[in-house]
Amino acid sequence: MKRIGDGAATRAGLIGLAVILTTLFLVIPLAGIFYQALVEGMAPFWQNLTSAFTAEAIGLTLLIALMTVPINLLFGIFLAWLVTRFTFPGRRLLQTLIDIPFAVSPVVAGLLYLLLYGRTGWLGSILSEHDIQLMFAWPGMVLVTVFVTCPFVARELIPLMQAQGSAEEEAGVTLGAGGWTLFRRITLPNIRWALVYGVILTNARAIGEFGAVSVVSGSIRGETINLPLQVELLYQDYNTVGAFTSAALLAALAIVTLVIKAVLEWHTHRREKTA
Amino acid sequence: MSLRSTLLRRIVATAALGMALGSAPAFSADRELLNASYDVARELFAELNPQFIEQWQAEHGETVSVKQTHAGSSTQARAILQGLRADVVTFNQVSDVNVLAEKGQLIPEDWQSRLPNYSSPYYSTMAFLVRKGNPKNIHGWADLAGDDVALVFPNPKTSGNGRYTYLAAWAASNHDNGDDEAATRDYMKKLLANVEVFDTGGRGATTTFAERGIGDVLITFESEANNIRNQYGPDDYEVVVPPVDIMADFPVTWVDKNVERNGTEDLAKGYLEYLYSPEAQRTLARYYYRVNDDDISEEFADRFPQTTLLRVEDAFGSWDDVMQTHFASGGELDQLQRR
Repeated sequence: MKRIGDGAATRAGLIGLAVILTTLFLVIPLAGIFYQALVEGMAPFWQNLTSAFTAEAIGLTLLIALMTVPINLLFGIFLAWLVTRFTFPGRRLLQTLIDIPFAVSPVVAGLLYLLLYGRTGWLGSILSEHDIQLMFAWPGMVLVTVFVTCPFVARELIPLMQAQGSAEEEAGVTLGAGGWTLFRRITLPNIRWALVYGVILTNARAIGEFGAVSVVSGSIRGETINLPLQVELLYQDYNTVGAFTSAALLAALAIVTLVIKAVLEWHTHRREKTA
Repeated sequence: MSLRSTLLRRIVATAALGMALGSAPAFSADRELLNASYDVARELFAELNPQFIEQWQAEHGETVSVKQTHAGSSTQARAILQGLRADVVTFNQVSDVNVLAEKGQLIPEDWQSRLPNYSSPYYSTMAFLVRKGNPKNIHGWADLAGDDVALVFPNPKTSGNGRYTYLAAWAASNHDNGDDEAATRDYMKKLLANVEVFDTGGRGATTTFAERGIGDVLITFESEANNIRNQYGPDDYEVVVPPVDIMADFPVTWVDKNVERNGTEDLAKGYLEYLYSPEAQRTLARYYYRVNDDDISEEFADRFPQTTLLRVEDAFGSWDDVMQTHFASGGELDQLQRR
């Protein structure tokens, strides 16, 4: 029996369409970034790549990611644990609140933090009396990135932990396991792959975040410019090669992330097969 | 297990290496100055700063560094009020410096008397950048209100550049029709209706006009217009300076509260005084800014077409009045834009 759309021609047509669309929307723009970065030859590309400002931007981007990921890792585990292992009034509300950073535009998030922590802000005025500056410096950029990326880990964990239920942990308790042992020997091994996904997503977003950090950065060259901001800055400086060099760096980071994700997926798949 | 841990270790090692490379001091300077400047001054200060650093080194034996931040003048003023620790401001708008005194008490009210020429080391005026051959025949402000003319200039609410454009159009219209306010309002309505894109800063407007190819006329500072023309190809664009125009001051000052905290008062003053030196004035003139130094003005005279320059203070009264009447919420600008 034949189903509708099962003919060889239809299939070829659909596959062709998918290939064309992928090429048009993904492959060509991505290749274009690398092409634009190298269009004037290796020398300008290399010069832009090794400039002091680019080094600073790379350093800041990695610093933001390295601070954001552990914070949101702990926060996400804590939140998922809380929401899936305990019942308390306001649990559903909390589950909804987790998604606020996804629902709010990053620019709005940046402005909220600026209003709160800026020199004239509610908390900021107290901080500035003690000569502590968060906004227009890297701590502010880390702060807004943490906000923007905080749902990723929790969002990966919650469905999984809900599906798994708490039977194994309850068994552990009856066998006399303490809280830490329970977490380390039962919960963590069960969730580790979801956790790794969460971390990869958090990391990717932390590296690529533009909107929220642009509001609180103050765009001080060589100080509060991360890679995404650097792309815009150099583009407006008429330095197209430089802009695309930074963009290529970001794209390369994204590709590395995807490769890591693919390796992990393959690894999980193989593990599940042997298990 | 082993694959996982080596992978993880490699990721951490790579990240750590990147950090080490990234955080390695790019500049090894004793003191640092942060200059908060308007959007289109990027190339200018990239050239002026090394000259100043060299001179300071020669005179004081101290290695300093100057960092830059660029954005619309008002955006910068607001950032400083909210805590950006800029040591000096080099703006394109007196009112944006006034804000620092009035709203932030960061500088004294009489800041304009602290340096020569009302603390304005250079000045400019507004010019029209048109596409080759001037196809829409734009020569003066009146031509911009024509039926088929698409304009690009930055938003007067966020950009000093845009504000000068608005004021120049208004003042030129008043000048031509003998202060007929009603006629000027009609003219302004038509002009604002012709605006294709309102970018937040001067450089955004440049990108819109030159890279995205939107609009028939880009209105921006004479200096920026000439520099764009040189950058994007002298054969593709022409610069038109209208016969009646506005005098655009470029006020500078040090931010007292911040230099006190950063211990940079002498450095900040030295930096701003340097902008008045013949060397700096020559660099400014090369970037198509008009300067007050007589010798340098003479030397570059062919770059700057003769035009009648109206002062904002003469045409509109004080800057405070201007801001209140024209740019405050519900002011002239808002009313003119209501359709």
